[in-house]
Amino acid sequence: MSSIATGAPPLDDLRPVRRLARRRLGRRALPFILLTPSLLLLAAFTYLPVVRVIWDSLHEQIHGSRESLFVGLKNYIGLFSDAAFLQSVVNNLLYAATTVPISMALGLLFALALQHSSRFNSVMRALLLFPSMVPLVAAASLFFFIFLPGVGLFDYYLAKIGLRGANWLGNPDIALWSLVGITVWKNAGYYMLFYLAGLQTMPGEVLEAATIDGANGWQRLRHIIVPLLAPTTAFVLVIALINALTQVDHVIVLTKGGPSNATKLVLYYIFEQAAENFAAGKAAAASVLSVGFLLALSVVSLKTMERGSHAAS
Amino acid sequence: MLAVVFLWSTPFLWMLVASFRPDAGAGIGMASLVPDYKPTLRNFADALESGDFALYYLNTAIVAFGILAAQIVTISLAGYAFARLSFPGRDLIFYLFLLQLMLVPPVLIVPNLRTVVDLGLYGSLLGVMAPYFASAFGTFLMRQTFRQIPRDFEEAAVIDGAHWWQTLWHVLLPMAKPALVAFSLVSLMAHWNEFLWPLMVLNEPRTQTLTIGLASFALGSEGGKEWGVLAAGTLLVMFPLLALFAVFQRQFVDSFMFSGLKG
Repeated sequence: MSSIATGAPPLDDLRPVRRLARRRLGRRALPFILLTPSLLLLAAFTYLPVVRVIWDSLHEQIHGSRESLFVGLKNYIGLFSDAAFLQSVVNNLLYAATTVPISMALGLLFALALQHSSRFNSVMRALLLFPSMVPLVAAASLFFFIFLPGVGLFDYYLAKIGLRGANWLGNPDIALWSLVGITVWKNAGYYMLFYLAGLQTMPGEVLEAATIDGANGWQRLRHIIVPLLAPTTAFVLVIALINALTQVDHVIVLTKGGPSNATKLVLYYIFEQAAENFAAGKAAAASVLSVGFLLALSVVSLKTMERGSHAAS
Repeated sequence: MLAVVFLWSTPFLWMLVASFRPDAGAGIGMASLVPDYKPTLRNFADALESGDFALYYLNTAIVAFGILAAQIVTISLAGYAFARLSFPGRDLIFYLFLLQLMLVPPVLIVPNLRTVVDLGLYGSLLGVMAPYFASAFGTFLMRQTFRQIPRDFEEAAVIDGAHWWQTLWHVLLPMAKPALVAFSLVSLMAHWNEFLWPLMVLNEPRTQTLTIGLASFALGSEGGKEWGVLAAGTLLVMFPLLALFAVFQRQFVDSFMFSGLKG
């Protein structure tokens, strides 16, 4: 025993002191012990992957070995000279620029139409919400048939009103818009929920005052409701942008990025490079750009996110 | 509005009508939304036969509930630390947690797949689950919930000589039950529905989940034109969610509004 060797007082006298010291140490360490499981997991699957993917994007795997070679920006140059990648960026911009505003506007309109609580309205809300709760893969497999040329649901009913359908997923000029349609259908009800919550916090007197002053429905929407919902809109916008970048299940099931790259989105491109072409460098470089986009988005939106989440909850 | 809602529901309506339709072939009437037939369960039987649905259900349930179980442990401990203990660097660490809200797993599939391979988890359900065991959203939710509980309840327990884990287990967690239910619903749904990540990690039929099974089913039916069977298969995949939604409708709506970002 070291305490005896150093001539310290007998063990019995030290015990309470030690216990106290241990308890104080324990109390100081406790928060970190509680956080350890989460922090280890976050390190392994959130922080280190970011570092790793940046490292990977600057290196090239040497064939047949685990060694890799520093290649500078070669992977990025390769990425930007790949027409399929550039096409996927353009597609993703078009996809975001259409799905985000359309589904948000529909979400707002649904919320306005169904904001008053009644049995009927709550059934309507549930029906509109339903697409956002099913797997995107399940939605895609339904639209597999709906978009079927000739016999599909769309063409069948278009024919009944005397219109000719199209090759919704097979025509490069149309396919991306068909996917936009699926996404709008799936997400509008989800965004409606946030607008419903936002509308609930809206002060009724302001609207009444405006009505008394003779503001019509459009004016009230344009000058009162929409500005007051700005925090909700900012919050939904962030979610919608993240969705536009990170949801590609329907692309995998329905089009595989085709025809002729017309529906290739950035994450699908990454998936394809990594899982099918084994082009690790390009996949890593494109991932780094996506991560960079999300980090930039989070910096811009941190403040509005905080405000928006208060409004939404 | 009724017309819009009807239009919005037609994909599901078609699924219901088509899945009970007897002539499940490629006939021109396949697209009809009118159930002008004697309903049959044959499409369901065919769907169950052509895919190993029991196994897919089991794997999906293992993934979704396994993730949830681990999350409840990690978010309760971390939420308690952030809500009740003071320590140096608390705010900074909390912001580190929140980073995960933005760095959503789908953009990290490439490096995470390499990590899963390094850990020897490639091809296993554990490999699908591991990246989700910690949840920034859940930690945030538990922190907010614990903060709203008056400290008096715990102080009484502490005076009685209770340890921190006893107050957490017997006082705080029971009072946080609504938040835990809300979180569980969002988490279960997110992981029941997930596709891309399991598709990358899982490599053999034995470990497939429902969404992967359904996707290969949909692609396989391209040639066969068994649309009624595809509709039935899709319904089977959605059914547990439908049931859960029917039971917990109110909580679902509340928890979605609260979450924004999925578990």
